[in-house]
Parts: sequence; structure tokens; C-alpha cells
Amino acid sequence: MESGLTILGRRGVNFATKLGGIFIMLGRFIVSLKEVFRSLGLIFEQLYILGVQSLPLIVIISIFVGAVSAWQAAYQFKFIGAPLRYLGQAVGKAVVIELAPVLSAIVFAGRVGAGVTAELGTMRVTEQIDALESMGISPIRYLVMPRVLACLFMVPFLVVFANFIAILGGLVVSVIGVDVSSETFLNGFKHSFQIGDFINGLTKAAVFGLIIGIVGCYEGFNTAGGAQGVGKATTNSVVISSVLILVFNFIFAVILFRI
Amino acid sequence: MDTPLIQIRGLVKRFQSLDVLCGVDLKVNVGESIVIIGQSGCGKSVLLKHLVRLLEPDEGSVEFDGVDISGLSGPDLIAMRRRFGMLFQSAALFDSLTVAENVGLGLREGRLHRADEIERLVQEKLEMVGLSDAGEKYPAELSGGMRKRVGLARAIAASPEVLLYDEPTTGLDPIRADMINDLIVELNNRLNVTSIAVTHDMTSAFKIADRIVMLYQGRVEFDGRPDEIKHSDNGIVKQFITGSASGPIRVG
Repeated sequence: MESGLTILGRRGVNFATKLGGIFIMLGRFIVSLKEVFRSLGLIFEQLYILGVQSLPLIVIISIFVGAVSAWQAAYQFKFIGAPLRYLGQAVGKAVVIELAPVLSAIVFAGRVGAGVTAELGTMRVTEQIDALESMGISPIRYLVMPRVLACLFMVPFLVVFANFIAILGGLVVSVIGVDVSSETFLNGFKHSFQIGDFINGLTKAAVFGLIIGIVGCYEGFNTAGGAQGVGKATTNSVVISSVLILVFNFIFAVILFRI
Repeated sequence: MDTPLIQIRGLVKRFQSLDVLCGVDLKVNVGESIVIIGQSGCGKSVLLKHLVRLLEPDEGSVEFDGVDISGLSGPDLIAMRRRFGMLFQSAALFDSLTVAENVGLGLREGRLHRADEIERLVQEKLEMVGLSDAGEKYPAELSGGMRKRVGLARAIAASPEVLLYDEPTTGLDPIRADMINDLIVELNNRLNVTSIAVTHDMTSAFKIADRIVMLYQGRVEFDGRPDEIKHSDNGIVKQFITGSASGPIRVG
């Protein structure tokens, strides 16, 4: 029987190994960027597959994110007796700073991060990655770099859409469900909108994209043990990405949004 | 005495606490066709993967053309790997690419040939393996035997000096397996390459080898010509080549 301390120690070592592996993958990705122009075709292919094809999903979740944030804000306003003319302001801030970047990234991790890990994991267990290496083709340049770059660029791209659609969702709920005119809502939004918030939101989104890409590729490359291994790696990829997104989101909040 | 093209010295490989290779020594001369035999899980594929540095030894060394490959990196490692062609156990074809794209991938990424030249080479290799009409198909549309043949075409696409075959006949019916054996013999002769195959299929081994090496418990148990192995007095070798359940071989 292993003692609790032994189990804890082993888990600690595993965690440190994983974290180290993720940093090594990041380093190898950065080094591979010197061959970026050689892989433009592969990069554009991934931008389309991972990014553009995620757009419908991001649009759907954004409508409801905006809608629920307007509804909940109105509920709170009524509770504390705040005037509803500030609804556009509240929804706009929440969406641009937090909801659009974080929720889009979490959904992206579920759709794209999992997909990348499952694809690369299957390639690992069916020796396709070994085959690439044996042909003198760097799997980091051929597989990792295009996918990570696609995540890095496409999460902010999707967040731009998510911002717009979520505000629209909030507006519709405010007009139909809360009885706030569209003019009042939009005036409130315009009054509080700061380009700095928008840029900070996109910066966060780019970092979240990098996290999803690197973790997805790391887990895929380190898959072992057939179908079960691919399933486990895919779960790990989504869990690790989601946790890191929330941790980094807090770090960003402390650094970017000084109280 | 020939200078060996490949020289393996004291190769040791462990996976966690499992000792897979426990000090393998092997020389491969230019133009030889070697078959490495042994039980499933005895480290044959692991040994093969060390030759193109898909795995790193824990101890010992692998030399190719007089150079210790553990010291190679970057363009030198890529250049060394391009002198090899490898057929993987599951063929390891890229699912998202057509047969022609699979065969031409190494050439395209190597950037040493023009597009029309690559197309011609791909067609030539597909004809060599009897699949000249399959270029536009995807791997999922092919049978096991066809996939192996595409894997072979891909392995020979860049005109390598050494061909590595990992279990070339595993998973095929006896007739298709024999077709692959014939193809390997034909390619080895026609392309004048050095070849190393790992298998536990003795029919395949006797057909394609001019030297057979048997691995047992992580070491070389036998190294000799096919007629020598047939008359070997070694109980382990005898039991393996006759496929007998009783004998000195310990089955885990």
C-alpha cells in the first residue's frame, strides 16, 4: 500500500514533468517559426479548419452569452434599484473584457484543442509522426507550427465576432425582455466603451489561443496506448487548457485592469 | 573485411523498468539483406527505430557510414534520415493525403525536385508496387495489402540507400504476404539497396534474407545465413523457427 505522501509526491513529479514538457513544446514552436514562410500553405489550411469553421459555434454561444448577461444585469439592477439606462454599459464591459474572450477560448479549447490532440494523438499511435521524422520532415514544423499559429490568430479573430454578436444578443434581450430602448442600450454601451478594453480582450484571447495550441499539440505528441490513450490525452488537453485559461485570465485581470 | 554501413555497439534500451534491449551488437554491410527475427515484443521494432534515431539508446551507440548518429542534429540528422526509407508495421500512411501525395510527401518537403519531376517519380514508384491507378485514392479506401504497397512506394520514393521494413507481412493473408515478400526481394535487387527487415514470419524471413539475426531476451542469440539457421543446434533458435510451444523459450 502506498502512503498518501508517496502518491502526492508522484503526482507532483508528473505535474512538473507535464509543465516542463509544455514549455519545451513552446520553445520548439518558437524555434520552428524561422521556417514559417515554408509552411504558409499548411498554415492557411489550419486557419480555415480550426478558425473559420469554428465561427458558427462561436456565433451561437455569443448570442446567448450576450442575452444572459443582459438579463442577469437587469435582474441585479432591479434588486439594488439601479437605473436600467446603465444596462448597455454593464453588458458591454462584461462582454468585451471578460465574457467574449474567456468563453470563446473555453469553447475553442473544447472544439479545436480536443480535435488537435485527437488528430495528433492518433497520428502518434499509428506511427504517422514517426513516419514523418523518418522522412526527414520535422513534425514540429509540419504539424505543430501551423496548428499553434492558427490558434494564436484565430481566437482573437473569433473574439471580435463574439463581441459584436454578444452585444447584439444583449441588445435584443434588453429591448424585448427588459423594456430598455435600443437607443438607451447603445448610448450606455458607447459611453463606457474604451478601445483599451477591446485591445486587452484580444491580447488575452491571443494568449489563450497559444495555450490551447501548445497544450493540444503537447498532449497529442505524448499520446501512448491506442484508442484509450487518445481519449485520455484529449480529456487532458481540454482540462489543462481550460484551467490555464482561467489562471491566466486572473493574472491578466491583476496586470491589465488596475483597481 | 567489408566496412560496415551500420554498426550497432552495446545497444541498451529500457522503457521505465522494462529492459527491452540489453546490449545488442550488430554490423550491417553494404548491399546485405538482413532479417531480424524474434518473439513478439522482444525489441525488434525498437532496434529498427534506433537506426533512424526515432529512439535514443540508453547505452551504446549506432553508427551509420562511420558516424555516430547520436551526435547528429538539424540538417545533418535530416540528411542522414533521407538516406533511409522505412516501411512501418501499420504502413503509417497519412489519412488526409491521397496515395500519390503520401508517396510524394518526402520529395515535396525535401525541395530537391520540381513538381513535374515529383509527379513522374511518384507514378514510377506506384508502378513498381503495382498500384499505378491508385494515386487519387485515400488510404481509407485501400486494403491492408495495398496500404503496405503504398508504404513501400513511399519508402523507396526518395531513392534511399537503406530500406527498413517493420513487420512487412503482419496482418496480411498468406497470399498477400507472399506478394509483399516477392516485392521486397524484387525491390532489393532492382534498387541495389541494403535492407533490414524485422519479422516473426519465418516464411518471409527465409524468402528475403541473405542473413538472419535472432533477438532473444534483448540480445543477439543467432547471426548467420538462412541455411545455417535451419541446421542450428541452438534450442532457442530451433524452437522459434519451428514454431513449437515447448522448448527453452520463456513466454511471458
